[in-house]
Amino acid sequence: MMEDLLIKLVLAAVMFFGVLNLAGLHTWIERKQSAIMQDRIGANRASILGFTLLGLFHPLADAVKMFTKEDIIPAGANKVLHTLAPAFSVFFALVAFAGIPFGDRVRIGDRVIELQVAKIDVALLYIFAMLSLGVYGVILAGFASRNNYALLGGLRATAQMISYEIALGIAIIGIVLIYGTMDLQEIVRGQGTYVAGWIPLWGIVVQPVAFFAFVTAALAETKRIPFDLPEGESEIIGYFVEYSGMKFGMFFLTDFLETILVACLATTLFFGGWQIPYLMPDGFRFPWGAMLPVSQWTYVLLGVGSFSIKVLFFCWLFMQLRWTLPRFRYDQLMRLGWLGLFPVSVANVLVTATVLAVVHKGS
Amino acid sequence: MGVKVVRRRELTLWEKLYLPQILGGLKITSVHFFRNMALHTAHSLGLLRQIRAAVTYQYPEEFRPLAWRFRSRHRLTVREDGTPRCVGCMLCETVCPAKCITIVAGEHPDPNIEKYPVRFDIDLGICVYCGYCVEVCPEDAIRMDTRILDVAAYSRDEMKLDIHELMNPGLRKPVAECTLKFPHECRPAGGGMKGDWHESRRTMSVLP
Repeated sequence: MMEDLLIKLVLAAVMFFGVLNLAGLHTWIERKQSAIMQDRIGANRASILGFTLLGLFHPLADAVKMFTKEDIIPAGANKVLHTLAPAFSVFFALVAFAGIPFGDRVRIGDRVIELQVAKIDVALLYIFAMLSLGVYGVILAGFASRNNYALLGGLRATAQMISYEIALGIAIIGIVLIYGTMDLQEIVRGQGTYVAGWIPLWGIVVQPVAFFAFVTAALAETKRIPFDLPEGESEIIGYFVEYSGMKFGMFFLTDFLETILVACLATTLFFGGWQIPYLMPDGFRFPWGAMLPVSQWTYVLLGVGSFSIKVLFFCWLFMQLRWTLPRFRYDQLMRLGWLGLFPVSVANVLVTATVLAVVHKGS
Repeated sequence: MGVKVVRRRELTLWEKLYLPQILGGLKITSVHFFRNMALHTAHSLGLLRQIRAAVTYQYPEEFRPLAWRFRSRHRLTVREDGTPRCVGCMLCETVCPAKCITIVAGEHPDPNIEKYPVRFDIDLGICVYCGYCVEVCPEDAIRMDTRILDVAAYSRDEMKLDIHELMNPGLRKPVAECTLKFPHECRPAGGGMKGDWHESRRTMSVLP
């Protein structure tokens, strides 16, 4: 019992170490990547003893700034809810990571450890539940601020998140149908087989439409450009106008955490999670018959590395999208959600189900 | 007056799909990203330094290239012996539209030279950098080629340049009080403002 607890603690520590650091680094990635693609240089002035390290000290400086700023609660605002809202946001974004598998199982002696913080049979449902609960942070922030603009921002955010959650949920039904499970670890294992002997059966291969619908809806969930109407820092006022200091920082962190979560989900559902093409638990088995054996630990570490690289790629892609596309108008946003993604996802589910029924009848 | 009918173009199906347009946008930004990324990497290895990866000039360390005729902070040119070339004719003070030049002329000990400036002050807080003083000077005694742009001070008094600073562009406030009587060789910062226009331009561009 004690050992189980310890193992879970270590797994959670590894996961959150990676995720929180990546979220912190996202502030740096955002500055630098946008700068480089716009022919600029980006933040490079924060220095410790003359070392600037490509501007990597800026996240540290940000954190120090956030923590030392004055925390303002507007007069007449609901103090408890105002304080609770950012904590809600971060909490639900963080606990969702417990369901993400970041590696295959490890055998130590007669103990089998799944590299997943919480082995849940319905991990997919769990993550979606946590994503949906994140809306409480947003609506509470708008509601508790005693500011009409914040309230309107909160309502906008809620409407957007709930609308896109439906498209998001339906988009992944196709994946669930094909791999026949809600357990993310099993979904990833299911992606380890091959079509025609050499094409990996990744989600993107069998569900390309669902992938685009999923990524679009998931980006809308993260409330970042081009779907940043809830915040709209530049013109329209968002739900966290009345927040300052680290409470604002927590909302900011939530955005980045959700981006990483979406990257993890896209990797897990559509890009084979920790799978590497042709890598089996005992080594590489290439379709032309060659075989390169690897040890168990190498295999597991390769898997974790593969997962990390895929997640980083998606983080890069989302950042690139965020700095490429302009913001939607609110009616366009709603139209895209309800009249674009929703029907496309439903049609995708119908087609997938039909094809699966025919294939299974045939076999 | 005729009415101009503006026909708004309908979006084609290809454009309405939106996805190809997103990919097109991503292509543009990604090309910039990877090009600049490759250049930044090459720069850190010391290669391809002549191709810029960003349009940014890192100002205090790196100066923008200035136009050849750029009008920057003034300086007074000197003779071979280091005394000011100015003969105190007051032409610049007269032509100055901002009235920022103050000259007090004195009799020069050399009988071949009529006068010299006992005081020559320019108030940069007032100066409009029109360059008329340079154009009007018959002796080529004042030039605006120091390439100093960061003329900034904490008070209006500090914006006033006296003859020491005008003859030594490298000099910054506060200037030590000069007790010597003019004309004398006033180059506490090493001077180095001799020579013709082209040469001084070359040496001036590497001023501290």
